[in-house]
Order: sequence, then structure tokens, then C-alpha cells
Amino acid sequence: MSSFALPFEKPIVEMENKLKELRTFSENQDIDVSLEIERMQKKIKETKADIYSNLTAWQKVQVARHPLRPYTRDYIKEIATGFIELHGDRIHRDDRAIIGGFASIGGRRVMVIGTQKGRDTKSNLECNFGCAHPEGYRKALRLMRMAAKFGIPIITLIDTPGAFPGIESEERHIAEAIAVNLREMFALPVPIIVTIIGEGGSGGALGIGVGDRVLILENAYYSVISPEGCAAILWKDRTYADKAAEALKLTSEDLLEQNLADQIVQEPPGGAHSDPKTMAETLKKALEENLEQLGKTPTDTLIEQRYAKFRGMGVFGEEQKEEIAPADTGNSSPREEDASREMDQAGRHSKDDNTGSPDSPAQKSSD
Amino acid sequence: MALFGRRNYSTVKVKKRDIPAGMWLKCPACNEIMDTTILSQALWVCPKCSYHFQVTRDDRLAMLVEAGTFEEWDREFYSVDALGFTGVASYTAKLEENIQKTGCKDAVMCGRGRMGTHDVALAIMDFKFLGASMGSVVGEKITRLIERAIEQDLPVVICCASGGARMYEGLFSLMQMAKTSGALAKLHQRGLPYISLLTHPTMAGVMASYATLGDVILAEPGALIGFAGPRVIKETTQQDLPEGFQRSEFLLKHGLVDKVVPRKELRETIIQLLDFMMSDNSGTVRADSG
Repeated sequence: MSSFALPFEKPIVEMENKLKELRTFSENQDIDVSLEIERMQKKIKETKADIYSNLTAWQKVQVARHPLRPYTRDYIKEIATGFIELHGDRIHRDDRAIIGGFASIGGRRVMVIGTQKGRDTKSNLECNFGCAHPEGYRKALRLMRMAAKFGIPIITLIDTPGAFPGIESEERHIAEAIAVNLREMFALPVPIIVTIIGEGGSGGALGIGVGDRVLILENAYYSVISPEGCAAILWKDRTYADKAAEALKLTSEDLLEQNLADQIVQEPPGGAHSDPKTMAETLKKALEENLEQLGKTPTDTLIEQRYAKFRGMGVFGEEQKEEIAPADTGNSSPREEDASREMDQAGRHSKDDNTGSPDSPAQKSSD
Repeated sequence: MALFGRRNYSTVKVKKRDIPAGMWLKCPACNEIMDTTILSQALWVCPKCSYHFQVTRDDRLAMLVEAGTFEEWDREFYSVDALGFTGVASYTAKLEENIQKTGCKDAVMCGRGRMGTHDVALAIMDFKFLGASMGSVVGEKITRLIERAIEQDLPVVICCASGGARMYEGLFSLMQMAKTSGALAKLHQRGLPYISLLTHPTMAGVMASYATLGDVILAEPGALIGFAGPRVIKETTQQDLPEGFQRSEFLLKHGLVDKVVPRKELRETIIQLLDFMMSDNSGTVRADSG
């Protein structure tokens, strides 16, 4: 199957090696073992399905980072026809970590944009391991605006550990480049379909991640911080990445449940890397369906719904509560209080106690 | 030889407790020890070296808004532990700790107040509350602030400070970047001004959303401003960081910040900008509604 196997893929690899041996044996000795082979193949398929249906969050992160996993360019090759790559942000340079251009999917014209990882040292150096600089996001925006000009739907494919944390990146304002993309993507008058195909690394992913539909491949992940980064901060030890991955609720299932993703695109048993062709076909079908649906939506509705979709993301409480008076009362947990005093009343209460400086209801709360 | 021989020093132990807590403060830049009442009157700027201390939301409010004009919005919003997040400490415990520490429910205060002749939609982020990290509450309150500004025809001023997104809320926190930026797209279309003030420190998720989307971006002197933290950059690139890297002045030079404004000129600068941006070509200041 592969020259690279994740620890939990070992049983599969062992069986595949055995199968290979069996085949060689059969050929060399001219003995018919087709029955054995068939049984072995079935067992491999079952084991694969079994292992892959029970992956932990951390294992999924590893699958999402699998060096043999199909990348943006692989999908473009399989899914699209007539890809014309367009280069550069017209300001600084051509960032190879984000690629894009014209293409057709199932006869439909699209602008396809995606983060690109490398397969070997040379290609990884070229595309900076899929970590874009500001010019990558600015190129993406240039292409998206052009798509809007020609009324072409936008497809983005995301697979990045994150935007590049480097001196030049900061000097050219990576944060601003991402922020502008976020704002502008809300206003683009064409359908946008976002797919997380591998790693959805924080702001670097979101920078081309605002859309009418957010799809995520079954074993891809999308997170505010890498599990290692989270572990380093909260556990003070990167080796707790497995625990952090669990806690961050970053898998496709978690995100669907939280309404942060619209659709999970099923991967073949054994993951996208075990059968890239099937994976590409499934993704193509999903993209076509969504293009079809969104194509029927009037532009105004599209933009309104896009805003409403992200507008609704977030979980918080807004019950009205007792005024918090730290330290001097026994209220150790204002969250547990169920009191529902009118806010203005609470505000006035605090104002009474307040001396000096502007009288705002907030004045009491921190002194 | 004995004359110039090494002298043995004995260390003098200073009892820290001799100085009442909160009454005196040492400037981290010039080591000057100052009375906090004097410091507070000086808007928490070191009189000797102009080092800008971090200020509380109330101090910030007092220095910007006319006394008695501030009406707070969405004060009652509080964070919830949507993911059941447990690391070394649980998110709920962290929240409790910070609520106790600051007396506030979360990291941002929003509302409407008067600056000069303008009513403004104002947000003040408070670094003391969990590093002013952006979770659902911060995102929602900022979004509502912008939406209300559109409804009430108000300019928006946001005093930013943040360590980034609040990882305890997982991807919900990341999506606040999109949400707030989406609201700013609407404000943009309505032609209302937005002034973003970057204070020490403004980083990561907040930087990659509303902090850098101001029509005018102001910064307080010496503030740390950027996307990735300096340590992360150093570890990733193995490069030495340039002098003054990611500080306000560095960003002014590199073209992100419009103006670095000392704290005592801040209010006047914002009012001056609003006077200009909120008036039409005849010089008439746009009438306040509501």
C-alpha cells in the first residue's frame, strides 16, 4: 500500500505484506492460492474499515497529516478539467503555498483556490509546507474578486498547518491579509464552497474559509490551534497533544454536531490516501451537488445567508443576573445564580456605590 | 594587590512587604518607583520615560468618554463551556477565576458613549480577563456593537488588546473572527467610520480580524502587535528578530498603523478623526440620531 504507515496502520501493512508474499509464492511455485488471497483481501478490507471507524481525534489528526494524503493539486487533477493556474498577488510575489486558477468541474466554470503542501523536501521548500505568507492570501483575494467579476463560483480547498509565523510574514502583515479576506469574502456576489481536505490550521485556514457551504473530509480536522500548540500552553508539554486533540473537538463529526461544518465528505476505508481516486470522485460529487444548489440561489439571498450562517456561530449565555461584586460578597459563582433582576436596576445599584469618575454601570465591576 | 583586591559584598535583603501593595509601582522600562495615584492621574503613563502601562476597562473608558454618557450594552453576556474543556484546569474554573479577579463577566465592554460631539459605539477589551482572548462572548458583543452602530448610525471605536482566540472554545472561537469581520463588511457598506486602537498587546485572532480592519488604525506607543508570538516566530524560523520587531513604531514604519498616539493625545486624536470622517463636504457634522 504505502511506504509510510502510521502506528495504528501497522496491522494493515503487515497483512498487505503477507498478501504480497502469498502472491509471490503462488507465482513462483505455480500453486493456486486464489481462495487464500481472496480471504486475505477481505480481511484487510475489514481491518481497515474497523480501524478507521474507531479513530481517536489525535489519530485523525495524523491521518489528516499523512504524507501520502491527496493535496489540492491532486484533487484539481482528478476533479477539474482545463485548469489554468494564475500566479501572484501583483504586489510582492507568487506564494506557492496557495495556488489557484480557472477550471471546470462537471462542465461548470469555477475559480479553484487552495493551500498546497509538498511531497518531498524540494516541493516542501517551494510551498513552505503549506504555510502561506500574506501574498498568498492577497493572491487568493485577487482571484476571488476576479471570479466575482465574471460570475464564477469559488471552490476553496484547505490543507494547511497554519499561516506562516515568520519575520517577513509579520513585516507584510499576515494578520491584515487574513482579516481583509474574511471581510471581503462576506461580500463576494458568487457562491463559495469551502472544503477542509486535510489540516484546517486556524486563521491560516479561515483566511480562505468563509463560504456558503463548509465541507470537511471525514478524517480532516479544523481547529483554532494545533493540538501540539494547545498542549504546550495548557499542559506545558507538547506530548499531551492527544489529550488536547480530544479536548478541542476538532474532528469532522464534532464540527458537524456543532454546526460549524455543513457536510462531511466520506473517505474510503483506510482514509483518503488509501484510495485517492475514489476520494476525488466522492468530493467531486459533493461539490457538484452544492454548486447545483447554490447556483439557484439569488445573489442577495446568498450573501444574506452567508452572513447569517457565521453570525449564528458561538455558544454563550445571556441571562440577566445579579450584579457581580467581587471579593466583598460570598457570591463565588455568579454563573450559578438564577436571579433575573432587571439590568438597569442592577446598573443603578452599582452606580449608587460608585464615587468619582464617569458613572457607568460598569464602574463598579472592577476596582 | 591587596589594595585593589576583590571586595566581598553582602547582599541586602529587601522586604517586599514594606511597600503596601498597589500603592507603589515600578516602571518596567525605567525602574522608576511611582505612587499609583500620580500614575493614575498621568493616565498610567510613566512620567519619566513615557512607558504606557496597561489600563483597566474603566480607566480606558474614563479617558475617552465624557463622564456620565456611557450606556453599556450586553453586559449580562457570559461564557459557557460548550466543549466541556478540561486541560490541567477546566474552562469553567478558569472563567470563575477571571470573573472573581476582574469582577467582569468577560473580556470586552461595549456600549454607546459620547466623545466630543459624537456618539460612538465603543468597545474596550480588557487584557486582565483571560488575556482578552476572543471567545463567543467577545465575538458576539463586538458583532452586536457593529450591528447597533449600523442601526443607530454611529461610528465605531474599538480599543483592542488580546492574546488571540480563546482555545477553550475550540473552533467556535476561530469563527468569531469571521463573524466580526462579516459585521464590519456591513459597516463598510454603510459608509460608517471605524477606528481601531491597538494597545499592548494585540495579537493573533483579534489581529487577523477586526483589529486590522479599521479605516484608521491607531496604536499606543510600544505596544506589542502581531499575528504570531515572537517566541513562536523565533522557534519556527531560528532567526534573530529585528530590533523593535512587532512594536507599534515598527508597524508604523512597515505601513500597517496610521499613527502612533501617546495616551494623553488619544481622545483628542479620535475626536479629530471623527470630526473629519463624520462631516460632509460642507463641513457640517453628521447629525446624531437616536
